[in-house]
Amino acid sequence: MMKKRRFKGAAIQTSSMADIAFLLLIFFLVTTTIDMDKGLGIILPAEGEVFEMHQKNILNCLINSSGNVLLGDEPIEVKNISRFVKEKMAQNENLIVSVKSHAKTRYDDYIQVIDQLKMADAKISIAETG
Amino acid sequence: MKFKKKTEVSSEISTASMPDIIFMLLIFFMVTTVLRTEDGLRINLPTAQRIAQLKSKIHTSNIWISKDGFISIQDKIHQVEDVRWTIYEKRKNDAELTISLKADKEARMGQIVAVQNELRKADALRLNYSTLMAGD
Repeated sequence: MMKKRRFKGAAIQTSSMADIAFLLLIFFLVTTTIDMDKGLGIILPAEGEVFEMHQKNILNCLINSSGNVLLGDEPIEVKNISRFVKEKMAQNENLIVSVKSHAKTRYDDYIQVIDQLKMADAKISIAETG
Repeated sequence: MKFKKKTEVSSEISTASMPDIIFMLLIFFMVTTVLRTEDGLRINLPTAQRIAQLKSKIHTSNIWISKDGFISIQDKIHQVEDVRWTIYEKRKNDAELTISLKADKEARMGQIVAVQNELRKADALRLNYSTLMAGD
């Protein structure tokens, strides 16, 4: 007759459980990407909203299709916009920069100009493309 | 007179509940990990310096504009004049809606302005030009 085997307590080792859990935790920590959107914020004017403004408070900023910028009445290098606008704003604190671009202007050129204006903390108004 | 010494108290921290704590953290990270499902279009974002972080992801909707002028919202290609309805539906349900515009560097302003005008018609005025940090 076969000898009946005695059941010896076959418990699973739990001492390494913490290690396994840690490993999983680290995996999820590493793969979790908190990718917040970054960018330049802007508030669009409401539909049908019309501003009455003094001509002297408006600084026109025109971008042509090859990315050249006309600020006020004179052409300007993109990297100098911030400085120029700051000077203008020191003279007139109600200054609003009206940005107008050609339909064929590259988006990148436009962003560079908006970035420069943001650096000067200017009030930006977006005019529709002509 | 001698006092009887009290029984020694073992001052070790019990590690028995460690797996439970770790598992709890694990579950937290598993739950908060979002596997991105919205892919949008293939674009190269422009770079800028004076950029700010968007506050909340829940109140943000993305619009992709490729360099060929295709517009994608929620993985669907839209015509310019359809943007207004899609955004309007979102705007109705969320007063704090911010639109994140992810447009390609080479996109043309004509298309961007057209989309902006659609957003104005949908009363979604908070716009964010999605850019990368300059120097990255």
